[in-house]
Amino acid sequence: MRRMNGYLRAGLILTGFLTALIILGYFWTPYDPTAMAVGPKFEAPTLAHLMGTDNFGRDIFSRVLKGAGTTFAIAVSTVAIGAVCGTAIGALTGYFGGVVDDAMMRFNDALTAFPSILLALVIISILGPGSKYNVVLALGIVFIPSFARVTRTAFAALRDVNYVKSARLMGAGNGRILAVHILPNTMQVLLPAVTIGFNNAVLAEASMSYLGIGVTPPDASLGYMLSEAQSMFTLAPWYALGTGGVIILLVFGVGLIGEGLQRRGNEVD
Amino acid sequence: MKKKFLALLLLVSLLGTVLTGCGDGSTEKAPEDGKEPNGSTSVSAQANEVTVGIAQDLDESLDPHKAVAAGTKEVMFNVFEGLMKPTSTGDLIPAVAEKYEVSDDRMTYTFTLREGVKFHNGKTVTAEDVVYSIERCADTSEGVPLVEAFSVIQTVEAADDHTVAITISEPSNEFISYMTTAILPADYDQQDTAPVGTGPFKFVSRAAQDSIVLEKFDQYWGTPAYLDKVTYKIIENADSLVMSLQSGAIDICSHLTSTQVAQLGDDFNVEEGTMNLVQAMYLNNAVKPFDDVRVRQALSYAIDKQGIIDLAFDGYGSPIGSSMYPAFGKYFVEDLTNYYTHDVEKAKSLLAEAGYPDGFEMTITVPSNYQPHIDTAQVLVEQLKAVGVTARIELVEWGTWLSDVYSGRQFQSTVVGVDASNMTARALLERFTSTAGNNFINYNNAEYDALFAKAQASYDDAEQTALYKQMEENLTANAANVYIQDLADLVAVRKGLEGISFYPIYVLDLSTVRYAQ
Repeated sequence: MRRMNGYLRAGLILTGFLTALIILGYFWTPYDPTAMAVGPKFEAPTLAHLMGTDNFGRDIFSRVLKGAGTTFAIAVSTVAIGAVCGTAIGALTGYFGGVVDDAMMRFNDALTAFPSILLALVIISILGPGSKYNVVLALGIVFIPSFARVTRTAFAALRDVNYVKSARLMGAGNGRILAVHILPNTMQVLLPAVTIGFNNAVLAEASMSYLGIGVTPPDASLGYMLSEAQSMFTLAPWYALGTGGVIILLVFGVGLIGEGLQRRGNEVD
Repeated sequence: MKKKFLALLLLVSLLGTVLTGCGDGSTEKAPEDGKEPNGSTSVSAQANEVTVGIAQDLDESLDPHKAVAAGTKEVMFNVFEGLMKPTSTGDLIPAVAEKYEVSDDRMTYTFTLREGVKFHNGKTVTAEDVVYSIERCADTSEGVPLVEAFSVIQTVEAADDHTVAITISEPSNEFISYMTTAILPADYDQQDTAPVGTGPFKFVSRAAQDSIVLEKFDQYWGTPAYLDKVTYKIIENADSLVMSLQSGAIDICSHLTSTQVAQLGDDFNVEEGTMNLVQAMYLNNAVKPFDDVRVRQALSYAIDKQGIIDLAFDGYGSPIGSSMYPAFGKYFVEDLTNYYTHDVEKAKSLLAEAGYPDGFEMTITVPSNYQPHIDTAQVLVEQLKAVGVTARIELVEWGTWLSDVYSGRQFQSTVVGVDASNMTARALLERFTSTAGNNFINYNNAEYDALFAKAQASYDDAEQTALYKQMEENLTANAANVYIQDLADLVAVRKGLEGISFYPIYVLDLSTVRYAQ
């Protein structure tokens, strides 16, 4: 077992803590996150309402717990779709090369030329807005190219190394070579890519809900809450700060893990 | 990776800046863009001028006959007048005309023009100008006339310099309300860019995306305006609008939200008018379960109008009980507002009677660009939960709402505000007759249709008003929709200014605004 570095440890602690809170929020919140007037409107943070209350007198802390869960779930599923499909495409094109590889990668380049949010918007407008699943699907599709690019490079590099050649000589099938011999050795690039992807997904969900095409009210997601909070910033700064703070911590924690993983990889090299 | 952390750091510091920036906002006096050196209260009081903030630019053309945006009409109301003019109470008074007579067959309207009414360019209004203006709007050579209701006009004739006779093809109760159409000089073709009318203010200049300047018209026939100069400043961003009020860059701003109003300091009085909308949860009467009157009634009992107004609108708003808003005093039936009082038990028993003892699931479609309706829907979801009805909000773009909900009628329920296209009860009530093209809730009630036919056949004002009121009662008793409120129109007015009046139409009359002595 390689030694953990500071980044990795700090990131794991922070993310672990937040994940624990999110799991807690899934089963229990101090108040019903959609129940209105549990406190006065725009109440500043107190012990009863850790993050204060919003314009409907709803408890912001409860909503943040639930909302972070929604955001987290969307980010994880998005990255799952992106990573699985992206890796599959990257592995096949990188390993086999040829015309298909060229075509896929040029297509990939073309997609990357568009801002990812714009692409997601296009997909959402085709699928129809207002559903969490469509947001996940749209963001997942948008994330495929970046994963494909990363894994393709790794697979292309490992295609002709000696142990792969040996395996091929021993009669191992392409499927086995891809899955057993190459894939584990691409983890060093894949894992940091996953953490970066997770962060981008959190921010993308936040921006989409902020634009009003993600999660629909009264459900909470961090992005939607942030967009609500913006118009009330001078009245209830704690709303924007609490919600924005949680997004920052979530992204920061996972970012630290990514940095830690990358550094650990570099140390070994 | 490094970049990411840098970005994060930046974000954190940015947040800090924003926070301190806003903390200073209330005390900072420098106008945002520094263009108005005399923007502070005391100076503008001496100068006898005000700056009004508006949230959107006007139409490209300022020609009153071509303007379509409500925001344009709101501003140009101060510049133009018709033969008749609406008052803040919803009546019509003669303006360019001094009086009018209607022939016995109700087909000919004879207007006598007021003596000595001047256009802003100094010319006196003649019958020729009136004929030109009316004919311009009734012209069908390019298809639909500029004012659609003018399609009934047969002839427009100037009997002499002061008399104009208009003949229409069929008697109409509403015709006179369209005579508010602006009167323009016949020999002037710059209306698009430098409009000339007869109103209390004259147009001075316009800078696209920035401002419009009006000045007091000294030769106005009626009560002259108090202010010498009015500048409309276009501020599209809602947050900068609030900051401009706080900094003193603008003195008056209408159509604010309760959240925006709460951010204003002690420098402002907040006047509460109404938006003149019928905000309701409109129910598609043709689909299950809303085809059952008991279900619709149950929902009406389930919701707490005042609760919605308190929770989502800080208490600003007027509860309503039918398709009529309070500013329309003549037709508004106040008793209907409390026809259904908030009663969870009654709602539950009605639902049980209708065969839904455990409630049901429903979808509320809401246009995503109207935050007040989204907020209302959120409270509705909570209130409906109490009677066992699980409502889900579906946000759609305005275009989708128009095509799917309004035209296509493919919806269960929707929260919107319905307004009147002109100052008549018909504009609000005709849409619920079974054959109306815009009857998007598929309301189908034979008694209602009969009442409407009777009202149209009646030329006695009192009788017609009574019939319209019966129609409103019909809508309420059958719980055609879950009526909620007429949204509040909040206007922030700098202290020291007075005389703001509210109209049942979307205008801001500045001729009565003045600095208190």
